Amino acid sequence: MAVPTQASESMKVQGAHDTLQSASDWDWLKDWRARGWQRFEQSPWPTRKTEDWKYTPLKSLVGTDWSLAEGGSTGQGVDFPDWERTVLTLVDGQLVDHDALPAGVSVHLLSKADAQTRARFEQRLDESLAGEGRLFNVFNQAVLAEALWLEIDPGQRLEKPIQINQVISTAASERVIPVRVLVDVGAMSEATLVETFSNEADGAVFINPVTELKLADNARLRHYHLLLETGDVRHLGSVQAELQSYANLDSFHMALGGTLKRKDIVVHHRGPGAELNLNGVYLPRGKEHIDYHTTLEHEVPHCTSQEVFRGIIGDQAKAVFNGRIHIHKHAQKTLAELSNKNLLTSHQAEVDTKPELEIYADDVKCAHGATVAQLDKTSMFYFLSRGIRREEAEVMMSFGFINELLEGLVDEPVRHLLRPMLASLFAKDDDLARHLI
Amino acid sequence: MLNIKNLQAKVEEKTILNGLNLEVKPGEVHAIMGPNGAGKSTLGHVLAGRDGYEVTGGEVDFEGRDLLDMEAEERAQSGLFLAFQYPVEIPGVSNMEFLKASVDAIRASRGQDAMTSMDFIKLARERCKAVDLPQDFLKRGVNEGFSGGEKKRNELLQMMLLEPKLCILDETDSGLDIDALQVVADGVNALRNPERSFIVVTHYQRLLDYIVPDYVHVLSKGRIIKSGGRELALELEKHGYGWIDEEVA
Repeated sequence: MAVPTQASESMKVQGAHDTLQSASDWDWLKDWRARGWQRFEQSPWPTRKTEDWKYTPLKSLVGTDWSLAEGGSTGQGVDFPDWERTVLTLVDGQLVDHDALPAGVSVHLLSKADAQTRARFEQRLDESLAGEGRLFNVFNQAVLAEALWLEIDPGQRLEKPIQINQVISTAASERVIPVRVLVDVGAMSEATLVETFSNEADGAVFINPVTELKLADNARLRHYHLLLETGDVRHLGSVQAELQSYANLDSFHMALGGTLKRKDIVVHHRGPGAELNLNGVYLPRGKEHIDYHTTLEHEVPHCTSQEVFRGIIGDQAKAVFNGRIHIHKHAQKTLAELSNKNLLTSHQAEVDTKPELEIYADDVKCAHGATVAQLDKTSMFYFLSRGIRREEAEVMMSFGFINELLEGLVDEPVRHLLRPMLASLFAKDDDLARHLI
Repeated sequence: MLNIKNLQAKVEEKTILNGLNLEVKPGEVHAIMGPNGAGKSTLGHVLAGRDGYEVTGGEVDFEGRDLLDMEAEERAQSGLFLAFQYPVEIPGVSNMEFLKASVDAIRASRGQDAMTSMDFIKLARERCKAVDLPQDFLKRGVNEGFSGGEKKRNELLQMMLLEPKLCILDETDSGLDIDALQVVADGVNALRNPERSFIVVTHYQRLLDYIVPDYVHVLSKGRIIKSGGRELALELEKHGYGWIDEEVA
């Protein structure tokens, strides 16, 4: 029997880890990273036989010696015209610019922490939600260069959304960007967080972002996690969330473009009455590959989850969706629904979708469904019979399939950003999208 | 306007139209009646060019052109309009976007420029009023969550905006209560003029009380077996379809 290859042998990142360790004078952090590195070294490199990675080969990570991104240069990133917000811009994983923070909000940086903040970081990272087993969380710990910790005090109602604008610059070619965003929303607070990822050049890059959202009792967070990078980008990361009693998380995800994108989303219901709305769209084209793995951990009674993901897969692209709902033994009166619909717009496009239900409580309502389809023929005839040519009908139907989810977005500026992006994505030329923009 | 000669068509290897002849002149209203399975809806779909309907024989001349040689969208662009029995729901595409795309396509085929958004919105709102649809139906997804009557009124709205030469109404009365029927019929009657023709496909004569035809044809087993004036519809109402089959046999 062949001995499985170790992760650290397959993916060349030792240099990144060593660079970080030698530059640091923070013993606790060095030790924390070393523990991460040790676990990463011991992790087997995923193969076709690894259930979690069965349909997502990692060969695009192999062969490059990924050194650590240095960051520091300026970048624009994603702009929302006419939307007043507090923007924090990270270029290649380093904070380069930020607007004045509203009252009741503080930001700490791992790289600039004083002795007192260091002690708090140590505790926060020890209580990290991303500690468990997932390969690219472990990796993130091993090579973590920067963490941005956003704390929203209890009882705050933030008027302006906070945007964490992550930009990959032209300097990041053949670099790895490990970054962690920690967001703690205090009890009774309400906020909107917009995370955007974009790149300014086409060089091969590898970004490894981990986001942790902790919502205290009765906290409400509207969250957008938009992966808008295109070109030769590998984006492997996760979003982990923890909801205490009556907390409400509304989280919208989108991924388009890139060589490889894999996002693990894990939500823990830890207080009764917590509510989750989790929606997402993925739109791989060309030879792109997008993989969403979502896990809902219903650990306590009386919580609800509504999850809808939709994808359109074109050309020779590939998508993977895995939606797991785990209802623990004591999580009675859980209400959980998951729907995943996929549209294939080419014969060579592929999607692997798998809902997984694991239920250990006996008084719950749980539903899931997954479909894969092509454009509906009757709908197509309806367009044609109104004089609309086939190419334009295809664009409008594809757009409509995704737009159904966009219409549910509360924040109009996000819809305004995404609508034209989607419309032009489906259209070979602008003329075909003109009735949608 | 339309001349159908000996039309034969198959759906999934089953012959549905079997030598159908029909001539429609400008301004005329023809009703096509017949029992279920006679081929009424197939006729509409074949004329509109739906995929999956295979024409195995015959000819159709539409305004001097070979209709059967045209793509579905070309047929619409040249003035043929099929009002669906079951209008399709298209969530995520607003009615306004759909209507504008359609009107622009038809205008482009006539060599006209696309309307400005402002002009179009104004026109669409006016037409909404005419068919008694609230304006917010323009913002909703195409037919999404519309009642049966609302869907048929939306078909009528499209017909008004596209100004076709030949309208084929496929069982437009199905699923309509008497009030909705009145609205739709009023709309159709308002569109009648000496240049525009209608083919009204229906199972029941009720619709023909509101949209009064010039000719009535009975379709059975894929061909027209009897034609007459309006009074034929009344006889069918009284005696059912059975007597015609017997008479013809």
